Amino acid sequence: MAHSGISVLLEGTNFMRLLGGLWVTVKIAAVALIAGIILGIALGVLRTFKNRPLRIVLRLYLEFFRVVPTVVLLFLFYYILPKQMNFNLPADQLATLVFALWVGAEMSDIVRGALISVPKHQIESGKAIGLSRFQLYWYVLIPQSINLEIPATINLATRVIKTTSILLLISVMDVINIGQQIIEANNHTYPTGVFWVYGLIFLFYFLIDYPLSWWAKRLEKKRLERENG
Amino acid sequence: MSWAIIQQSLPMFGKGFVLTLWLSFVGIIGSIIVGLICSLFQYFKVPILHQIASVYVEISRNTPLLIQLFFLYYAFPVIGIKFGAELCGIIGLIFLGGSYMAEGFTGGFNGVSKGQVESGKAIGLSRWQLAKYVVFPQGFSLSVPAMAANIIFLIKETSIFTVIAIPELTNTALDLIGMYYRSNEYLLVLVIGYAIILVPLSIVLTLLEKRVRYGAFGN
Amino acid sequence: MAEKVLQVEHLEKSYQKKHVLHDINFSVAQGEVVTLLGPSGSGKSTLIRCLNGLEIYQKGTITFEGQKIIPTEKNWQQIRQKIGMVFQSYDLFPNLTVMDNILLGPTKVQKKDKVTARSEALSLLKSVELDDYANAYPRELSGGQKQRVAIVRALALHPDFMLFDEVTASLDPEMVRGVLTIIENLANRDNMTMIVVTHEMNFAKQIADRVLFLQDGRILEQTPSEQFFTAPQTDRAKAFLDSMDF
Repeated sequence: MAHSGISVLLEGTNFMRLLGGLWVTVKIAAVALIAGIILGIALGVLRTFKNRPLRIVLRLYLEFFRVVPTVVLLFLFYYILPKQMNFNLPADQLATLVFALWVGAEMSDIVRGALISVPKHQIESGKAIGLSRFQLYWYVLIPQSINLEIPATINLATRVIKTTSILLLISVMDVINIGQQIIEANNHTYPTGVFWVYGLIFLFYFLIDYPLSWWAKRLEKKRLERENG
Repeated sequence: MSWAIIQQSLPMFGKGFVLTLWLSFVGIIGSIIVGLICSLFQYFKVPILHQIASVYVEISRNTPLLIQLFFLYYAFPVIGIKFGAELCGIIGLIFLGGSYMAEGFTGGFNGVSKGQVESGKAIGLSRWQLAKYVVFPQGFSLSVPAMAANIIFLIKETSIFTVIAIPELTNTALDLIGMYYRSNEYLLVLVIGYAIILVPLSIVLTLLEKRVRYGAFGN
Repeated sequence: MAEKVLQVEHLEKSYQKKHVLHDINFSVAQGEVVTLLGPSGSGKSTLIRCLNGLEIYQKGTITFEGQKIIPTEKNWQQIRQKIGMVFQSYDLFPNLTVMDNILLGPTKVQKKDKVTARSEALSLLKSVELDDYANAYPRELSGGQKQRVAIVRALALHPDFMLFDEVTASLDPEMVRGVLTIIENLANRDNMTMIVVTHEMNFAKQIADRVLFLQDGRILEQTPSEQFFTAPQTDRAKAFLDSMDF
């Protein structure tokens, strides 16, 4: 019985379609991450400025994206953007936008956390040799904080990839949505297909995320080893 | 924005709100128990069990809750195991949350400084005594920030339950929007609903974090 | 000739392909005070930590009180009741009071009854002038006070042998004297057998019977204390003393 179920994966173009869906998933995650990381670095730097109103506004932005679950965020944009702002985006671009803004918020926190943990005397030495504020950030703070940020960023990336699973809710043709279609289409011929299709998708996510989280752990371990001599 | 519409929807939202709280509560408690057991297996390197725990943590941490739910709700019936939607939600949340909590506890135990452990060894404490008097008390304190983050994370994850039609907060809003199209009103109530839970909780947990940190190390 | 309490033969240790200790040989007699001196990185801390099992050594034998030590964790656990150690980082347990810190060893490890252990602990605390702090938590104490408690905590097990690893290195200068006095009293008044790793040359000169001078993981000389500080045998030792303004 189970044997016939797995054949649903080999039937016709099913497997290829699933890979196609996976590609959509990965693409959205990748674009959102790149855009979001750049945004996040900029916001993170801004959040370390002394300007109080600026910090409060940015803090509210971060807290908003933290309190509201990503599903809800997605629907907020899905319904409000076309209605209130007359801005119509196809589902996968909308998703990319929402995710990018979310990554930006989380990233700003990672960046800010790393920047403020650079030892004070580094900043003071930089100032003492006459560096401007921009130069301080560019030559001293940012390079020294990067090591601290990388594991957290990788972990953020794995979270984003996992969260793309909700995209089926707004009908994005991602891997899960296609999986559902295949299951429904083949329900009569391969009743146990559901096990294998979802099993495969489960495996896809694991194969993408596990190497990343392993890498992040290794980097973090190395960093701690270096610090404790 | 019609307040009347909002008011009419409040009873339904109220139900969803309570369900969200209930499912979160059960999920969190379950996760803490599972997580604690796993981290204890790993700390004492219990043969076989600690390897199973490690594999479990990696699988659960690296796959989305949504797929775990689909598996429980759609795939398991095929092999004869049928859970109701809410039970699937709880099992899924505990499955996912357990690994996060395990990592939090393990991180806490590993964070106890080497000097503390060596001082304990130097006065002749056995491995078990070291755990009881030195590593666990300090380790639990150290894991509080991670625990707090995990609790908030799990509450937010309950929004994913909507995909298997559990009538929690998000599902309530989406249902209402599907029926009456007043997305602005319903989304507003939805966001406020989560804010009511998460903002005060977040503040309380931050205060708890600060208190525990001071209490343990007094720096 | 006093009996040998500790004997170390052909001890070697490597750490990740780096050879850290080479062919260490020495012994310590009952009531003797030996100081380990040498430049940073010479292996003093590593050596002393091998003597109570906190560092694993690859070759060599340690004989304590006539018995060869088989270096398993279980054995070390037993031996640590007889060989006490105090560290640079004092590391009192922050979740326990001073008294509970001290009682942990005697009551949980040596299974003494609480009443006896408590009165012994109090008299030890009195001898270091900290009896008022018995119910305080470590965070309420200064560095010097914490270090004194750490010493009491180690002594509460009634060890036959004490190891001191740079115990004043983390302290403010005013507090160093207090701690050193305690160690001095242990050596002179109580006749405790001990090995002391220190940078405080004056102190070393005062309490040591014998000096072991280490460099690059080797014992370059073992000299009676008087002689070491006035006329050391090796040039390296002379250079070291010069660099310490001695």
